[in-house]
Amino acid sequence: MRTIFFILRKEFRQIFRHRVMLPMIFLMPIIQLLILSNAADFEVRNIYLHVVDRDLSPASRRLIGQFAASRHFVLTQTSFSAELGFRDLEANDADLVLEIPADFEKKLLRENEASLHLNVNAINATKAGLGQAYASAIIRDFNNNLRMEWLDMPDRQNPGRFDITHSFWFNPDLNYKAFMVPGILVMLVTLVGLFLAGINVVKEKEIGTIEQINVTPIHKSQFIVGKLLPFWIIANIELGMGLAFGKLVFHIPIAGSLWVVFGFAAIYLLVVLGMGLLISTVTETQQQSMFIAYFVLVVFIMMSGLFTPIESMPGWAQKVTWFNPIAYFVDVMRMVLLKGSGWYEIRQHVYAMLAMALAINTLAVLNYRKVGA
Amino acid sequence: MDTVISAEDLTKKFGDFTAVDRISFEVFQGEIFGFLGANGAGKTTAMKMLTGLLRPTSGQAQVAGFDVYRQPELIKQHIGYMSQRFSLYEDLTVRENIEFYGGIYGLTFKEIRRKIPQLLHELGLLEVERQLVKSLPLGWKQRLAFSIALIHEPRIVFLDEPTGGVDPITRRQFWETIYQSAAMGVTIFVTTHYMDEAEYCHRVSMMAQGKIAALGPPKQLKQAFQAQSMDEIFLSIARGAK
Repeated sequence: MRTIFFILRKEFRQIFRHRVMLPMIFLMPIIQLLILSNAADFEVRNIYLHVVDRDLSPASRRLIGQFAASRHFVLTQTSFSAELGFRDLEANDADLVLEIPADFEKKLLRENEASLHLNVNAINATKAGLGQAYASAIIRDFNNNLRMEWLDMPDRQNPGRFDITHSFWFNPDLNYKAFMVPGILVMLVTLVGLFLAGINVVKEKEIGTIEQINVTPIHKSQFIVGKLLPFWIIANIELGMGLAFGKLVFHIPIAGSLWVVFGFAAIYLLVVLGMGLLISTVTETQQQSMFIAYFVLVVFIMMSGLFTPIESMPGWAQKVTWFNPIAYFVDVMRMVLLKGSGWYEIRQHVYAMLAMALAINTLAVLNYRKVGA
Repeated sequence: MDTVISAEDLTKKFGDFTAVDRISFEVFQGEIFGFLGANGAGKTTAMKMLTGLLRPTSGQAQVAGFDVYRQPELIKQHIGYMSQRFSLYEDLTVRENIEFYGGIYGLTFKEIRRKIPQLLHELGLLEVERQLVKSLPLGWKQRLAFSIALIHEPRIVFLDEPTGGVDPITRRQFWETIYQSAAMGVTIFVTTHYMDEAEYCHRVSMMAQGKIAALGPPKQLKQAFQAQSMDEIFLSIARGAK
């Protein structure tokens, strides 16, 4: 225990002495939280719309007006030729081209039926999908209004019609930030843990002090605990800061118990720090360590369900996420903070995390050697 | 005289390459034992095996009465070590470095508190105790590193090219410190490239191609090789190796 105390004191002295390190640890994550939480927003606004209006009738104008009034669309251009519309689409000046045929109003009146044509630029699949959905909703609205007015057919006389109402549970305002902030927090805590731990041990290799440590009677478990505990503490403090920030600035809900969040984080960080240690045992320089840590982190974050739902990944990818600690923590954060889940609901996550912590740390400790072969 | 280091047919192979080839020698209590050889002759590898940093491929060795295979951690408790690559933390102060190494060598808080002023006084570093090690001149750092290697009062101290890159006066001072420690019964095992330093040693061994090519007191070696200086011996051995 005494030995660990001496190592801890040395580590903290070094961390707090480092002028670049402190702001990097505490300030940068806050800045990133602010920026990412505002930027990582999936609601699609500003869909550029080109309307090819060959009808020029009251009906078509009314439809265009409805599009223009929507906060999702920006009407950039009205023309008479589908070709112009397509050219805009090609030049990326439009995301969506709505074609209104010349006999639109006539057909609507006479045959009670008319067709519209939508061209969607699907390079950005999310924008395309949502844009098309929003457009369909506007057209449906327009359609309903017309029917009610022109055909003088009150709602209740039409037994075939029904409305779907929704109620959104756990995030009633569909607040995107409430969904994203907990996940981004996981990412930031992981970043700090993995990079700092990975670099730290390698740094001693690089400057040669590891050799001095290795000729002392220090036990390797003492060394490892002394090396990793500071970052475990720092990452936990950072999580606390991030949550406070999320609550104050983004008003994220904290439905569940913070004990559960921090309890899970405690285990989760063992996995992350163990990974950092493992990386540092197989690398010789800080650059190598950074590169591997970065590589691992990018894959883990992309496949964590933070930005894209795991459920919509292909089957094999879903299986890969079983081994992704970030996916578990992102899930737990959302479950506990938004739904108010407790230990019982996240028990499977806890078991998985415990197993991972055990496996990765065993591997790292076995791989760390004081005596060369 | 007590034997504190003994090696018998100690060998280290890296794949096909034999870095240390069946070396045998003994080092006695209170002796300054010079371990010489050209770069790549196998000095550092041999030293790493003796300090428990590297596992030998074959042969026997005991350091401070402990076996290098079975008791490397016990060896570490009883030896001091200072390497050519800098072993102090440059971003810690003089005092913090002493505290840290004292602590991990198992000294109590009380012992550390007692040792620090004593050590700083001996080194003449009292005024800079709160300065970062990186701001000290190289010669001071080396003396500090040497004192820290002795902080737990080991019976043997291993010095791996301790005086690289400093001027002759500083080197001279460093060797005076080494003599003082040896006079108190500490065994010094030292590698060096400076042949004038070799003359300071009680006995020297010269390695070439992983083998010990010569071993004995500097005077005897000069007679045996009919040489004027250690330099000549070194050159003839190094050339013979090629």
